[in-house]
Amino acid sequence: MKIKAKVKNNAVDVKLLIKHPMETGRRKDGDGKLIPAKYITEVEAVHNVNVVFHAEFGTAISKDPYLAFRFKGGVKGDVVTIMWKDSAGASEQDSIVIK
Amino acid sequence: MFKTRRGFLSLFAQATVLVGVASSLPKQAFAAWSKPAFDADNLTQAIENRYPNKDIVDSSDIRLKAPSIAENGAVVPITVESDIPGIKSISLFAEKNPSPLVATFNFQPASVPYAKVRIRMGQTSNLIVLVETDDNIYRTQQEIKVTIGGCGG
Repeated sequence: MKIKAKVKNNAVDVKLLIKHPMETGRRKDGDGKLIPAKYITEVEAVHNVNVVFHAEFGTAISKDPYLAFRFKGGVKGDVVTIMWKDSAGASEQDSIVIK
Repeated sequence: MFKTRRGFLSLFAQATVLVGVASSLPKQAFAAWSKPAFDADNLTQAIENRYPNKDIVDSSDIRLKAPSIAENGAVVPITVESDIPGIKSISLFAEKNPSPLVATFNFQPASVPYAKVRIRMGQTSNLIVLVETDDNIYRTQQEIKVTIGGCGG
């Protein structure tokens, strides 16, 4: 997961890119068999023990999801933690220092 | 159980680190994912499941930035933003997608009601943005023409 967090116009601007196939469960492989669904369902951002953003995704989010959001109260040097989980039970967590 | 004092102390130190990590995590990790709303296969049902029993009011206070023509339906950039007070969530719906609900952004007191994502659209259709406050659901929409669909194989 690639994360960038930067103070901009009195808020923290967070941009992230998650490497993920976002399989809808409707696509077929070369043999005509359905590829099982595996897509990110939730993304959450935490700053100072508080949830500052939460997203619910369906199958219509593009492969390798890009997401940008903003929150207030963060300053340069603070840490933002991003967590995601998918429909197949996988998850990832990563943190970044605000610039 | 512990053959040496050091072994015991080391275990204790590890346990302390774990407790430290646990307490730094938020109280409610992963609020909820609305299966009924994402599973709905038509727009009316998806909206009803997402925001049950709410009246929808058209609003000009929602800024939706989306292309009018998307050459590639697999990657359609969408930005939403609004200054309406007390926003709890913003949801995106692609009317003619097999599952119309695309995403819901849940905002906390510290959040700025803004989000940007890249979405898939199977065919030309309306993109509907609903903004939830305590009392109302506000709506704006825009048609996006899709040249190559993004939901097929």
